[in-house]
Amino acid sequence: MAELTMVEAINMALKQEMEADESVLVLGEDVGVDGGIFRVTDGLLKQFGEDRVMDTPVAESGIVGMATGMAIYGMKPVCEMQFSGFSYFAFHQLEGQTSRMRWRSRGRYTVPLVCRMPYGGGVRALEHHSESRETYFAHTPGLKMVIPSGPRNARALLVSAIRDPDPVIFFEPKLNYRSFREEVPEEAETLPIGESQVVREGRDLTLITYGALTQRSLQAAEQLADEDGVEAEVIDLLSISPLDDRKLSESVQKTGRVVIVHEAHRSFGPGAEIIARINEKSFYYLEAPVERVAGYDVITPFFAREQDYIPDVSRIIEGARRALSA
Amino acid sequence: MPRKKLKPKLQLEYLSVLDDKGKLDKDLEPKIDGKTLKRMHRVMLLCRRFDEHLLKWQRQGRVGTFAPVKGQEASQIGSVAALKDEDWVVPSFRETAVALWRGTPLTGLILYNAGYNEGGQIPENQNDLPISIPVASQMCQAVGIAYAMKIRREKKVTMVYFGDGATSEGDFHESLNMAQVFNTPTVFLCQNNHWAISVPREQQTASSTLAQKALAYGMPGIQVDGNDLLAVYAATQEAVERARKGEGPTLIECVTYRLSVHTTADDPSKYRSDDEVETWMERDPIIRMQQYLKDKKLLTEKQIKKIDEEVVEEVNKAWDEAAEQMEDLGDPLDMFDHVYADMPPYLKEQRDALKQSMEVRRG
Repeated sequence: MAELTMVEAINMALKQEMEADESVLVLGEDVGVDGGIFRVTDGLLKQFGEDRVMDTPVAESGIVGMATGMAIYGMKPVCEMQFSGFSYFAFHQLEGQTSRMRWRSRGRYTVPLVCRMPYGGGVRALEHHSESRETYFAHTPGLKMVIPSGPRNARALLVSAIRDPDPVIFFEPKLNYRSFREEVPEEAETLPIGESQVVREGRDLTLITYGALTQRSLQAAEQLADEDGVEAEVIDLLSISPLDDRKLSESVQKTGRVVIVHEAHRSFGPGAEIIARINEKSFYYLEAPVERVAGYDVITPFFAREQDYIPDVSRIIEGARRALSA
Repeated sequence: MPRKKLKPKLQLEYLSVLDDKGKLDKDLEPKIDGKTLKRMHRVMLLCRRFDEHLLKWQRQGRVGTFAPVKGQEASQIGSVAALKDEDWVVPSFRETAVALWRGTPLTGLILYNAGYNEGGQIPENQNDLPISIPVASQMCQAVGIAYAMKIRREKKVTMVYFGDGATSEGDFHESLNMAQVFNTPTVFLCQNNHWAISVPREQQTASSTLAQKALAYGMPGIQVDGNDLLAVYAATQEAVERARKGEGPTLIECVTYRLSVHTTADDPSKYRSDDEVETWMERDPIIRMQQYLKDKKLLTEKQIKKIDEEVVEEVNKAWDEAAEQMEDLGDPLDMFDHVYADMPPYLKEQRDALKQSMEVRRG
């Protein structure tokens, strides 16, 4: 098995799916000759040619809108938004056309597209390059919304997303693009969209997280074990929509204490919905109010202040101790 | 360092074949066989009568808000008739005549306007997208469909409909730009009906024509008399053939007029004069078409009258059928269908909750 970064693992998924299925193609700004600004699509133009690896004009709505048309016609386009912060140019396409076509046509037309976008902070980028607004997409009926946390699950989730019959928004935590390597098997793996994973078992507390903060939550869990003798269970959501209620309930009913960790703004963020689901399904198992360790409700700051915006290990531990002491 | 005149290719044509009274310019007459001409006329008339009935039914509360076609029948039929069945049509929200030409049943259109999603379903083997409401956004889909046709080497064409208002949207720009960059077989069919609800064409853009916008993208553009079925057909056929041969997209501006309301939720007397509407009434595309057909000895006044009676009967019959279908529709639980290929667990729970609420409500 090869040890790959997330960038390499996503590249592998694209390459293998394009080899296996002629209807898969990629399009976006700089995805061809340049191989994508993060090199995620490196080498694809050379292997598959410009019909299937399209360097597009700077036109996010056009990219998603065209991809939607192609998908209606039976292609499986994977489009790239250079940063999630620029996807709002295309939001009306995703909301008004992509997400609705199956429903509007009563199943006659489907839109099996994937819209990939790097999201989140931590890479010292400019304004608009570091936000985490998965809620917009998770709130939109007809879309699915997934976020991997490492190379292996990024590859498997992307394969699943490409093969999914419905449109999937695929957020890539750019902080983890090259921060660590994992073994990724050559054989194509999939991960069911809508299922989360317990990435650390524990009995005292549940940390619910995803994306780049999965690593930090795991570190926090180790530190809690060392310093407080507390065993935290860590759930990597992987799928924001649909949410894996069952896995959340199982863990919450075991531990009774929950901390939700995300970069997204606190108000109306995924944590708000997760708490609502916990209230609906596991309220009487709770021993403390559910804690949110989240981005603040401010514009994501420039990078000099960014590390105080994104939850770090220390803030996660603080949140955990509040949940444990209540 | 010179400062000199650049000479980009900026040519623009205007085409009219029938004059306001329906008199023909023989040199420009496109070749259309008599059977097709008669079908074109019939669908135009069917659409006009259907519009009138919908308006009546809307005022009676039997259907909801809808967008009448009245006045734009030649723009729609003249263009769509240039397509083959395997070509694709991407409509906006006022393309009733197009839908009827392509095979959408009147009952489907009635159901749609009566608030049933099922009416928007496109019959199998009819290559049309459903009605699209957000202005200009459907144009991007058309370019994507055309691109897929192109890379599959299929020699098919995608035609997309939009209005003068759409030319102000970003998606108009992105679509035309990308269509030309990727040389897709797309025909952009703009019905300039002079009014985007209450905003006149002159306030939509300071360009003297809409067709000229094509030139900025390196695309051919043509302006035609949109109330002249023959001119619309001739221009569209050229564009369709170019697209089919791999020579890329075209923008066609059909200069026409919305004789009725924008939708039934609107009162045009607030923003335009009766005189203006009168002027355009005199250029009614159906009357001009009928004059042409009479001059060509394809139809007599008596035959036209008979066709008129037939289409009215067809419309009334369709209402009865649609009303019958409505009795079997309307299960609120159907709203949960077709959101995803497979219903996720949380939607099943919500569906069950609604089912229970319905039972509680019934007592």
